[in-house]
Amino acid sequence: MTATEAITRAPDAARRSRPRRGERRKVQHKGAIAIFTGPFGVLFLLFYLIPIGYAVWKSLQVVQREGTYGAPQEVFGGLTQYALVFQNGPFWESVGRVLLFGVVQVPIMLGLALLFALLLDSPALKGKRFFRLAFFAPYAVPGVIAAIMWGFLYSPNLSPFTDVTRTINFLSPEMVLWSIANVVTWVFVGYNMLIIYSALLAIPSEVYEAARLDGAGQIRIAWSIKIPMVAPAIVLTAVFSIIGTLQLLAEPQVFRSFSSAVSSGFTPNMLIYATSSVPNTQLAAAFSVVLALATFALSFTFLKSTQRKAAQ
Amino acid sequence: MSMLTRTRGATADDLAPARSRGARESIFSRGAALLVMGVFTLYFLVPIWWLFIASTKDRGDLLTTPALWFAEWNFFTNVGDLISYGDGIYFRWLLNSIGYAVVGALLATVFAGMCGYALAKYRFPGRELFFNVVLGGVLVPATALALPLFLLFSQVNLTNTYWAVLLPSIVSPFGVYLSRIYAASSVPDELIEAGRIDGAGEVRTFFTVSVRLMTPALVTVFLFQFVSIWNNFFLPLIMLRSAELFPITYGLYSWNTQLNQIPELRTYVLTGSFLSIVPLIVAFLLLQRFWRNGLGSGSVK
Repeated sequence: MTATEAITRAPDAARRSRPRRGERRKVQHKGAIAIFTGPFGVLFLLFYLIPIGYAVWKSLQVVQREGTYGAPQEVFGGLTQYALVFQNGPFWESVGRVLLFGVVQVPIMLGLALLFALLLDSPALKGKRFFRLAFFAPYAVPGVIAAIMWGFLYSPNLSPFTDVTRTINFLSPEMVLWSIANVVTWVFVGYNMLIIYSALLAIPSEVYEAARLDGAGQIRIAWSIKIPMVAPAIVLTAVFSIIGTLQLLAEPQVFRSFSSAVSSGFTPNMLIYATSSVPNTQLAAAFSVVLALATFALSFTFLKSTQRKAAQ
Repeated sequence: MSMLTRTRGATADDLAPARSRGARESIFSRGAALLVMGVFTLYFLVPIWWLFIASTKDRGDLLTTPALWFAEWNFFTNVGDLISYGDGIYFRWLLNSIGYAVVGALLATVFAGMCGYALAKYRFPGRELFFNVVLGGVLVPATALALPLFLLFSQVNLTNTYWAVLLPSIVSPFGVYLSRIYAASSVPDELIEAGRIDGAGEVRTFFTVSVRLMTPALVTVFLFQFVSIWNNFFLPLIMLRSAELFPITYGLYSWNTQLNQIPELRTYVLTGSFLSIVPLIVAFLLLQRFWRNGLGSGSVK
C-alpha cells in the first residue's frame, strides 16, 4: 500500500470507529496507549505548546518603571507590543526583504529541481546515479558551512574566480541578497529534486502507454502527464521552501562577517535575535508570534489554494 | 513500498515503438540532457572541490596558487594545527555535534515511532484532536520556538547546558505523522491480535514485532531528525555561551566572525569546514536508498 492510500483511508477508518451518539465504548489497552503516547505527548507539551503559549503571554506584557530610576516591572499591556510591531520600520523592511527573496528564489529553485527530476526520469539521460548523488551532495553541507564556503568564494581577494569577483561585487548592498539566494539554492535544489523524483517514480508506467499510442513525445508526456501528477510533491516542496525563506537566519548571519551590507536586522529572525539580546524580550516575543503566524498563514493558504485547484 | 518497486529504467520510453525519426531526435536530446546536467554538476561540485583543495594548502599558497588545483600538500599539517588549536576545541565541537544529533535523533525516533503507532493502531477519545495538533506542529517553524524556549530555560537555569540544545531536539512532530501513516499501512491488525492471543503485552508486541515492520519509516525519521539537529543553528546560537558546548556549525561560525582580528584562523575555518562535511557526505552516500524512500513517503499526499 502506498502512503497515498494510507492517507486517504485513515479518515474513513477514524470515522467508522467513532462510537455513535449515546453509546459509550470502553477504551481498551489504556495502559499501552499511555505508555506509547505519553513520552511524546509530554515532550510536545513542554517544548512546543508551552513555549508557544509563553511567547503569546510574554508578547502581551510591557515593562513599566516607577519614576525614572525605579525598578523595571512587567505588567499586562494588552496589544501594546503588537502596536509597536506594526509601527516598526526595520521589522517590515526585513519581512519585505525575505518576501522578495522568496518570490525570486523559490520559483527558480523549484523550477530547476523539477527540470533535474524530469531529466533523471527521462530515458535520454545516462549516468543517472552519478548525477543524483552529485546534485544531492550539497544538502549534506549545513547552511552555516555552505555560507562560509560561498562567502570565501565571493570575496574579491580570496575567490578562485578573481576575474569574476573583480567585475561583480557579490557582497555589495545590491547583490548580497541574491548571493545569499544562490547559497540557499545550491544547498536545497538536490533535496527538492529528490522529492519530485520520488513522486515521478511512483507513477505507474501504464499511465504512459495511452499517451505513447497517441504518439506523444517525451516533452509532451512530461508536460501533460508527469508534471500534473507530481504537482502534490511540488506543492509540498513549495510549502517547505516558504517556511524556510521566512526563517532565514544562518546564511545571512554568516555573511555579516563577509559583507557590511548585511545588517543585524537583515531578516526577521536576525532582528528577533538582535531585539532579544538588547534585551527587549516582550517586543521580540511579539515579533516571533507575528512571524510564526505569517509563516503558518502563508504555507496554509498556499496548501489550500493548490488543493482546490487540483480538485477542480 | 510499492511506489518504489517499479522496475529500474521502466520509463515512458521503453514502451516506445522504434520510429525512423527516433534515433536522430534521441542523439540530440541525449546531448542536451547531458549538457544541462554536466554544467550543473560543476555548479554543485566545484565549491566542494575548492574547499578540499583549500584545506590542503598553507596560508601563503591559498592566495598565490591556482585555486582549483593542488599546490604543496599540507593537508595533514593543517589538520594537525586545527586539532591542536585552542586545546583541541575543534574535536570537542565535532563530538558535541555527533552527541546532539545521534542521541537527539535516536530518542526522537523512539518516541515518535511509539506515538505514531498508537495513533494508528488504538482507538481512544481525542485521538484525532491529538493528531491534528501534532500535525499543526509540523508547520511551526523551529526558529519561532527558539526564543520562548530560551526564556523558559533561563527561568529554570538550563540555558548554556547540553540539555538546552538536546531536549528540544527530541520532539519530532513530522516523525509522529510519518510513523502513523506508515504503521497504518504496514502493521496488520491481525499481527497485533496474534500477539495478544500469545499473551505478549502490547508494549512487547510493539518492540519485538511492529518495530521491524516499521523500520523504513523509523530510519527516515532518524535521518531527518539527525540532519535537522546537525544543521540547527538558531537554537545553539540563542542558548549557548560556553565554547565547549558548541556544535561544529556554531564553532566554525564563531571562528569565522573573528577572522578580521585573527587572520590565521582562516586555514582552520577552511580545513575545519571541509573535515566537518566529509562524514555527512559519506553517510548520505551510504544511506541514500533510505533517503529516497523516506522523501517519497513524506511527499506523496
